[in-house]
Amino acid sequence: MAFALTPERDRELGEILGRYPTKMGACIPMLHLCQEQNGWISDEIILYVAEKLTIPAAHVKGVVTFYTLFNQKPVGKHQVWVCRTLPCALRGADAILHHCEKKLGIHAGETTADGKITLRTAECLASCGTAPMIQVDKDYHENLTPERVDQILAKLQA
Amino acid sequence: MIKRTEYLSKVYPLADGFTIAAYEREVDGYAMAKKVLSSMTKEQVIDEAKKANIRGRGGAGFPMGLKWSFMRPHPTKPAYLVVNADEGEPGTHKDRTIMERNPHAVVEGCIIGCYAIGAHAAYIYVRDELHLSKARLWAAINEAKAKGYLGKNPFGTSYEVEVYVHTGAGAYICGEETSLLNSLEGRRGEPRLKPPFPAQVGAFGCPTTVNNLETIAIVPTALKLGGEEFSKLSALHGMNDGGTRLFGVNGHVKKPGVWELAVGVTLRELIYDLAGGVTGDKPLFAIIPGGSSTPVLRAEELVHAPDEKSPLHPWHGQSVLDVPLGVETMRGLGTALGTCCVTVMAEGTCPVTAMHNLMQFYKHESCGQCTPCREGSAWLSRTVEKILDGRGTMEDIDTLADVANNIMGNTICAFGEGTAMPALGFLKKFRKDFEAYVRGEKTRKTHSRLAVEADTSVTAHAAE
Ligand SMILES: Cc1cc2nc3c(=O)[nH]c(=O)nc-3n(C[C@H](O)[C@H](O)[C@H](O)COP(=O)(O)O)c2cc1C
Ligand code: SF4
Ligand code: FES
Repeated sequence: MAFALTPERDRELGEILGRYPTKMGACIPMLHLCQEQNGWISDEIILYVAEKLTIPAAHVKGVVTFYTLFNQKPVGKHQVWVCRTLPCALRGADAILHHCEKKLGIHAGETTADGKITLRTAECLASCGTAPMIQVDKDYHENLTPERVDQILAKLQA
Repeated sequence: MIKRTEYLSKVYPLADGFTIAAYEREVDGYAMAKKVLSSMTKEQVIDEAKKANIRGRGGAGFPMGLKWSFMRPHPTKPAYLVVNADEGEPGTHKDRTIMERNPHAVVEGCIIGCYAIGAHAAYIYVRDELHLSKARLWAAINEAKAKGYLGKNPFGTSYEVEVYVHTGAGAYICGEETSLLNSLEGRRGEPRLKPPFPAQVGAFGCPTTVNNLETIAIVPTALKLGGEEFSKLSALHGMNDGGTRLFGVNGHVKKPGVWELAVGVTLRELIYDLAGGVTGDKPLFAIIPGGSSTPVLRAEELVHAPDEKSPLHPWHGQSVLDVPLGVETMRGLGTALGTCCVTVMAEGTCPVTAMHNLMQFYKHESCGQCTPCREGSAWLSRTVEKILDGRGTMEDIDTLADVANNIMGNTICAFGEGTAMPALGFLKKFRKDFEAYVRGEKTRKTHSRLAVEADTSVTAHAAE
């Protein structure tokens, strides 16, 4: 079946379109809506967005490939991002990442075999004052210790 | 001198601090926007803004009032205010506190800013990862709307103002203002050639002012106090660097955090008096004053400004730690104030590893339009890695400097300088450490340490 936004998200799209003087302005927010629904941006979604916003599919593709947060292939149910940039690294981000890799049995960039968790590194997430930190889906977890990381991961694996 | 203020941060600790009720109750919120829209001309607003000496809080320190005065009404096109809340500069963690804990200061600042530059709509560009910030801003906008402070007739006047939140999708470069505008328009976040400047051709081809979020959030305060009074809060008022701002400290300190202070505080005061001193009471090693793009300072550096005309002359011969942090003073030290968030490194931190960490960041974030930036950032990262791995030569150290120098001035946007300047800073200040790796006196296993207290980073590598 061809991709389509749920009625609720479609209503939200209508609201979004009202905010910009051009339809193209809605491109990134609309891609976020689609990804929220589907988990990643498929070619089908690219065509859908292009058609809705009356812009070339190549343009949408160009946008999708530019931004780190648009997934170009399926990912795990949960996204775990470990900030690796200097201020976090000064406070032990390396150890946090290593700990996650060991616990999950995967390397950064990979997804657990059960498809539950994708582990990735992130660049500075504006939490340097509460480092080290990880982002899990939409939530920030700050001032981390390996024990806290265990609790967070255990919840996701449950 | 430490002078704590509470203009933006008074509501921070309150449980309801982010609501309109708290904003109106605690700081007489929206009274200034109402006064501006109902009784001031835009020339008067810009005049006060100029007197306030607000230097842009996004990194470059451009005088905010002057930027506003560049806006000219266009015969057919609307104007826009775009608020930069992309907060991605490594080491920067201040704008987020405003969005989460005092979002109404941003909304009130947007109303005043729109009025001053002749815009009827403001877009707040928030990096996508900051979900709580976005939610708080939207909630604030909706509260203000419900009270009749936004929309067709704010405060019963006829000056329409709408405020929207727009999100990015994970790209540091979208903090650069023209890249941000492309991203706002639904394009790849690639910086544009300037001129034309945003004041002529900005968002959707229309005249636009781009301001950092903190710059906008402090506007109601500056006007409330009066431009000059606000500016005079700063010890650097005489250098046209006025008022109060948010100062962050991160890295190897006991109590990292964000404080609202009058401009003029020193690094020593920030690190020892506010952030509780260096982790484990270790000696201070190095400081990145305002985000990863600002060149590093060594803790033992002294100010060299024998020329009486130099703005730094009053501190000649003193420690760099005792110079008030300001746009001109940091420039005088060969670095930059940047975003005013300080990264602290204790004795034991490996500067080569620190540079490698940052060069990986720049390599990852270069948008790729300019060859010197795209190839240069990759070269820098690879070459430092080679040196760290013990495969480097003395020529490689010179190559690093050559590559960095070749980026400077040869790119579309300031990301290039933002990569090259810190690279050159590390090379100049820590050349001996690079050489020690080349000679094999230091190795990745024995010295490549960033987390000094627990020494966790070394054990982590060793365990692999
Ligand atoms: C690579 C790069 C990244 C930037 N990132 C940010 C940012 O995250 N937030 C910000 O406010 N300004 C950032 N800037 C500065 C903006 O281009 C612009 O100068 C600023 O938003 C203007 O606001 P201000 O005058 O109020 O400081 C960045 C600049 C460059 C070159
Ligand atoms: S300097 Fe770098 S980030 Fe800026 S436009 Fe050129 S390639 Fe892109
Ligand atoms: S470096 Fe990790 S949040 Fe800034």
